[in-house]
Amino acid sequence: MRTITSLAGAAALAVTIGAAGAAHAGKDLDAIKARGQLICGVSTGTAGFSLADSKGVWTGMDVDVCRAVAAAIFGDASKVKYVPTTAQQRFTALQSGEVDMLSRTTTWTLTRDTALGFDFTGVSYYDGQGFMVNKKLGVKSAKELNGATICVSPGTTTELNLADYFRANKMQFKPVVIEKADEIRAAFFTGRCDVYTTDASSLYSVRAANVPAPLTAADFVILPEIISKEPLGPVVRHGDNQFGDIVRWALYAMVEAEEYGITSANVEQMLKSEDPTIKRILGVTPGMGKALGVDEKWVVNIVKQVGNYGEAFDRNLGAGSPLKIERGLNQLWTKGGLQYSPPIR
Amino acid sequence: MAVDTIGSLPQTRVAPWNNPVIRGWVFQIVVVGLVGGLAWYLVSNTMANLEKAKIATGFDFLGREAGFEIGDTMIEYSPASTYARAIWVGILNTLRVAVIGIILTTILGTLIGIGRLSPNWLLAKICEWYVEIFRNVPLLLWLFLFYKLVSEAFPGPRQAIRMLGDSVFLSNRGLYFPIPVADPVHKWIGAGFLLGIVGAWALHRWAKARQAATGQQFPSILAGLGLIIVVPFLVWLIGGAPAKMSWPELKGFNFQGGLVIQPEFTALLVGLTLYTAAFVAEIVRSGILALHKGQSEAAAAIGLSRGQAMRLVLLPQALRVIVPPMTSVFLNITKNSSLAIAIGYPDLVASINVTINQTGQAIENILIIMAAYLTVSLSISAFMNWYNKQIAMKER
Repeated sequence: MRTITSLAGAAALAVTIGAAGAAHAGKDLDAIKARGQLICGVSTGTAGFSLADSKGVWTGMDVDVCRAVAAAIFGDASKVKYVPTTAQQRFTALQSGEVDMLSRTTTWTLTRDTALGFDFTGVSYYDGQGFMVNKKLGVKSAKELNGATICVSPGTTTELNLADYFRANKMQFKPVVIEKADEIRAAFFTGRCDVYTTDASSLYSVRAANVPAPLTAADFVILPEIISKEPLGPVVRHGDNQFGDIVRWALYAMVEAEEYGITSANVEQMLKSEDPTIKRILGVTPGMGKALGVDEKWVVNIVKQVGNYGEAFDRNLGAGSPLKIERGLNQLWTKGGLQYSPPIR
Repeated sequence: MAVDTIGSLPQTRVAPWNNPVIRGWVFQIVVVGLVGGLAWYLVSNTMANLEKAKIATGFDFLGREAGFEIGDTMIEYSPASTYARAIWVGILNTLRVAVIGIILTTILGTLIGIGRLSPNWLLAKICEWYVEIFRNVPLLLWLFLFYKLVSEAFPGPRQAIRMLGDSVFLSNRGLYFPIPVADPVHKWIGAGFLLGIVGAWALHRWAKARQAATGQQFPSILAGLGLIIVVPFLVWLIGGAPAKMSWPELKGFNFQGGLVIQPEFTALLVGLTLYTAAFVAEIVRSGILALHKGQSEAAAAIGLSRGQAMRLVLLPQALRVIVPPMTSVFLNITKNSSLAIAIGYPDLVASINVTINQTGQAIENILIIMAAYLTVSLSISAFMNWYNKQIAMKER
């Protein structure tokens, strides 16, 4: 008995030490500036969102959000260190201060925004959960999936939506749950599962980039049902509202730039624009940068180095990428989508 | 002061700071105070941080609905069950693979360990190669290998390998076989089984006592096995011989009905067993080699066969050397079963990880997982220590 209590005590100690480290980080923004680098938690590899190439250079929609934040803080989008996190590690990494922010296809939910001690700062991609199956099964609808074996990543909203959807439709399923994205996809492609479920954007990404030969993308269909709302966005932890504001507005600045037609190509000419709104956005009329606590040229830096939202989307996910995902819900509000930035004024 | 005392040497009056007893006490109080203070600082600091970051604390979450499905459960579980139940499912899954793994590992490891000492050159070499190959590759790689083997080598459920007149099916979804439909008689059959074991044990004791007294032998092992089989069978007959079976059938995507052994469980069990058996083999071999050569020669001299010598003379003595390190091996199996996470077997770690992710309460959950592993491991240790005392040399 004595061994038990003393061991348990030691164990409890070990855990608290890990968490106590965060206390001394102080203001997150000060720490980031002192470090000269933003530490951004990304995924372990999702084409179009965050993926490292053979030289270790990260690209993707989520990566561009990190770069925009670095551009706003330092005036240099390259001052980012990327930390790959799995779906399960990501929240602990952010809570403990291992990363400054998460930008890795993380769904905004009430619990995560409150009990986990986080703030979601916006929606970088409006997604929804879908199902992918092998064409040979002849399945046309998610309603026909009763009894199926389904591959799913643990610790995701996907896992919960899946259980909810099958309960609501009085169907049974067997989950196969593996943490590493590569392993769960391998399990699906070797036929351990009938179905692979995750955010629809990732399904397109996997189908375009990860199907092992001799199978091809044409062997798989993505079912029409989208069973959930998955607003994906950057996340910061409670405790430093100024840093949270910068992350929030870095993303909004990209959306706002697209709305006002400011692109990486024309931003220099736009500086000469007479439009008072554009002058305010680009810091020609000062004030916005000061209010946010960053350089007045922050939007110029973001747009010049990262591009506006539309450019980033095209390059990573849309027509300019192998994924060829439609803008859909992620079109600007002026063009029938949901991307809408509060005014920069 | 020092000069005064040298001349007379009375009962030396030592200053309190030079008194070893007092000094001892002071140091111990200081150390306890420091450790306690550090612990208090860390705990209160953590609580304050959690409070400041508005991260929920406490164990209330255990009663909330878990909301996620688990693929392989030994007890009734659905997404509507609580987190506490999800964690319990994980604990049972861990125990299942650990207990079966320990039994199989012990049997296989002992056979291979004895095999390495065989005078048969081929057998000894095969056993040696087995040990060298299995213990020199990390367990995680074995698990990946076996998981790939079971999930890639077998066909999909619609092309399943059919055996025994379409009653047993082998596919990449697992091994499906028929089981009897649950019946109240089953409980009594279980009781009969236990009764059979007790009977066999009593019979064995009696046979040994009689052999010691009269020298007459009795085939107590065969008779005991007979008891263990016959008693439950009689109970089944008396209970009306319920023979309704649940047969696996291909419905839609997969087989329904019957019982299934899933690929993740198979891969984990096979990997753990084959890997750890290599260590057990070495322990068994070292235990036997630790005995003086005279033991086997004496056994041969009184006319015991090699098998009898091993069973009656060598192994009982070797056990004294074998049992203490075996405790570590059993503990390793239990703890290594947490590598299940890599191949998707839903063990305790998997349940806890998902729970941490949904609730964000890492500290509480890690405390639970450590308490669970500690309880299991200390139970194994306690049992093995008790067993070790039983077989220890008894001085008479």
